[in-house]
Amino acid sequence: MRLKLVPSETNWDFFSRPLLWLGISALLILLALGSFGVRGLNYGIDFRGGTTIRTESAETVDVAAYRAALAELGLGDISITEVFDPNFDEDQNVTMVRIQAQDDQESVTAEQIRAVEDALKAVAPDIKFVSVESVGPKVSGELIQTAVIAVLLAIAAVLVYIWLRFEWQFALGAVVALVHDVVLTIGVFSELQIKFDLAIIAALLTIVGYSLNDTVVVFDRVRENLRKYKKKDLKEVLNLSINETLSRTVMTSFTTLLALIALFVLGGDVIRGFVFAMIWGIIVGTYSSVFVASVILLKLGVKRDWSKPDNTAGNQFANIDA
Amino acid sequence: MLQIDTWKRVLIWAVCALGLWMALPNAFYARVETHNDAVAAIELGNTSAEMQEKASIWPDWMPSSLVNLGLDLRGGAHLLAEVQVQDVYDTRVKAMWPEVRDLLREERATIGTIRLQDSEPGELRVKVSQPENIARAAEVLRGLARPVVSLTAAGQSDLVIGVDGDEVTIKLSDAEKQATDERTVQQALEIIRRRIDEVGTREPTIQRQGADRILIQVPGIGSAAELKDIIGTTAQLTFQPVVGRASSADAAAGPGNEVLPSLDEEGTFYIVEAAPVVTGEELVDAQPSFDQNNRPAVSFRFNPTGARKFGNYTAENIGSPFAIVLDGEVVSAPVIQAHIAGGSGIITGRFSVEESTNLAVLLRAGALPAGLEFLEERTIGPELGQDSIDAGKIACIVAFAAVLVFMVLSYGLFGVFANIALMINVGLIFGLLSMIGGTLTLPGIAGIVLTIGMAVDANVLVFERIREELKTAKGPARAISLGYEKALSAIVDANITTFITAVILFAVGSGPVRGFSITLGLGIMTSVFTAIFVTRLMIVIWFERRRPNTIEV
Repeated sequence: MRLKLVPSETNWDFFSRPLLWLGISALLILLALGSFGVRGLNYGIDFRGGTTIRTESAETVDVAAYRAALAELGLGDISITEVFDPNFDEDQNVTMVRIQAQDDQESVTAEQIRAVEDALKAVAPDIKFVSVESVGPKVSGELIQTAVIAVLLAIAAVLVYIWLRFEWQFALGAVVALVHDVVLTIGVFSELQIKFDLAIIAALLTIVGYSLNDTVVVFDRVRENLRKYKKKDLKEVLNLSINETLSRTVMTSFTTLLALIALFVLGGDVIRGFVFAMIWGIIVGTYSSVFVASVILLKLGVKRDWSKPDNTAGNQFANIDA
Repeated sequence: MLQIDTWKRVLIWAVCALGLWMALPNAFYARVETHNDAVAAIELGNTSAEMQEKASIWPDWMPSSLVNLGLDLRGGAHLLAEVQVQDVYDTRVKAMWPEVRDLLREERATIGTIRLQDSEPGELRVKVSQPENIARAAEVLRGLARPVVSLTAAGQSDLVIGVDGDEVTIKLSDAEKQATDERTVQQALEIIRRRIDEVGTREPTIQRQGADRILIQVPGIGSAAELKDIIGTTAQLTFQPVVGRASSADAAAGPGNEVLPSLDEEGTFYIVEAAPVVTGEELVDAQPSFDQNNRPAVSFRFNPTGARKFGNYTAENIGSPFAIVLDGEVVSAPVIQAHIAGGSGIITGRFSVEESTNLAVLLRAGALPAGLEFLEERTIGPELGQDSIDAGKIACIVAFAAVLVFMVLSYGLFGVFANIALMINVGLIFGLLSMIGGTLTLPGIAGIVLTIGMAVDANVLVFERIREELKTAKGPARAISLGYEKALSAIVDANITTFITAVILFAVGSGPVRGFSITLGLGIMTSVFTAIFVTRLMIVIWFERRRPNTIEV
């Protein structure tokens, strides 16, 4: 007996309430944008400049004492957070100290870092500085710009690719689903105030790729079924295609999630935010390929008179000519 | 039907075997690394028995390229520096004063006496006493201009000579500025590379980024501050005639002169001529040494041109002091006792032995043509990197195991095939990474884990399709071949779109993000290869042997 996440034969109606799904998505997007507008993202130093110092000490961390020691240095806004992780040893106490970008300089100077290190050593003599990173405001500004360009470029490239391989309605549906995923991910990051840095941009782009992966598989089946069942109306074809690919969609998302959850739990705190973004992205990506991309496609309608008859069926490249 | 030509089978297995073979050294990382280091040392001439022994712990006929570990995994320092290219404009223009002075003096009859005026950086202003003939002065000075040496601006002049009332101005032209920027950055790159090589660390990355930036990554170094000590010092050495002494930095220096502080004596300032007699560029060697009082010093030697200039100057100026200036500070200002003809000398100051050694290294490697401003610096401790590697390893193994078990539960024997393909897939990623000398970063490990999850996708697509085809009861052979054919377009489209994003990440990303895009991109290629060819081949071989009447996927 095989393990099955989805019954082998499903005939669920995904389009009984198309407006409900679109409404839910629209509401979520509004919430995400609202959160982004109100709380904003918790940008890492990659995007707003400044310095982070990761400290490690065998003694328990007294955040208040750290703060008091650093306040005297007059470096402006300093945030100190204690980091907890199941992978840490008993006597491994880790904190992240973040110092804001200094107004008049591109990068925190070596003397300032030394002053911070000395001040912390006075509080906890065995303290180690396992990583020190500074980014000047000039670079951080550029990093934001390239990040935004990267995401827009990826979306544009995908739009063009799907348009070429399918029809413009498909491309539009896929891209709306993509934007939906990206916006919801940014919304979660602003709501939970998880640090948003360069790696998260990589995660966002992966989500773009992954969400598309799902959408394209469904669309591929829609394209095939549109040729096969010329009489059925679009809604039926869409529903059939989603049902047929459902088993695969769930399987793939599940295996990917399995792998990512392993990384989330065991991979250490340094990449946890990054992995979280991907896990979230895969969940919304799977949802959006069924409930957003396809619903949009349904609303837009598709041209049914495929100019070329499907005479290449049975050939290896049967479906690569669209 | 289910037929694969023999040559194709051989080719598929050969590709897998080659990939796994190339990946093999990574399984013995520490050992191969020791071997590689030893081999490099032997090539450099260190053929000691110890090195030979170290080199022999990994056989020579085995592949020895490893996946580079990124800074976030190995620990080390990362700096992004901006070369202050505009510094050079000023130095260039100011250094022209003696030549300008000599040229204009010859024209004294028409333009009268000349006087250097204070001016903005990057500009030379000369006042003439007979402004009615100023055109002549400008004309003479135009003779100094040379064509710009560059491909894009060939033929344009390197100087802009202007007339402003009774003053002539000399500036670099825009084309020359561009050409200078290019040279300055190239030179800075070369000098940083030389300095880091002198210190001798393993596999530093020194790359130009954009128009005027340089990215420096040195694994294994303790901190970015240490790295900055080596490369952040300009080490611009000049020998300038001393005009007088002053007690504050605000003392009036007079045109053509500048006030420089003393390196050791606080509160002492020297007024020196701004145009140097000789510069550090004309040094051929510098070594740490000791002066006659046995204090640490640096001895140096000039090249022939430098030696001639220095010799002539000392011969003409016996009895007057000159200043040895390092990065705008006067190290010492001895009085010239005699004509120094040999072209060698010694710099004394209050150095420690370490400082004199460092200074010698810097002088030998050459001065940076312009200052550096550090825009970004990161230090990652080796412990943190090791922790990340350990965590990543465990996560990979667990992710792998979970996916393997799940695949067998879902697809039975076909799941086993997919699993074998998955293992080959991960092996191929490492093989390819080693071959292209790619760098594995922490997000890169995440990329591999993601690939483990997604690599089964292509197989899942095919298996699900085979299941569907089996329902229409065409017999197992037909179902398998149809399953592959019909799933192909979905596999191709889905993976190309993901690949597009990987390419974009690679193009615009940097550092860890780029590492991620490399593993993601390679993972897509290998997973498509293993799913379409390797799993299919395994299924076909199994099918040929068993000839089952029914199959269950």
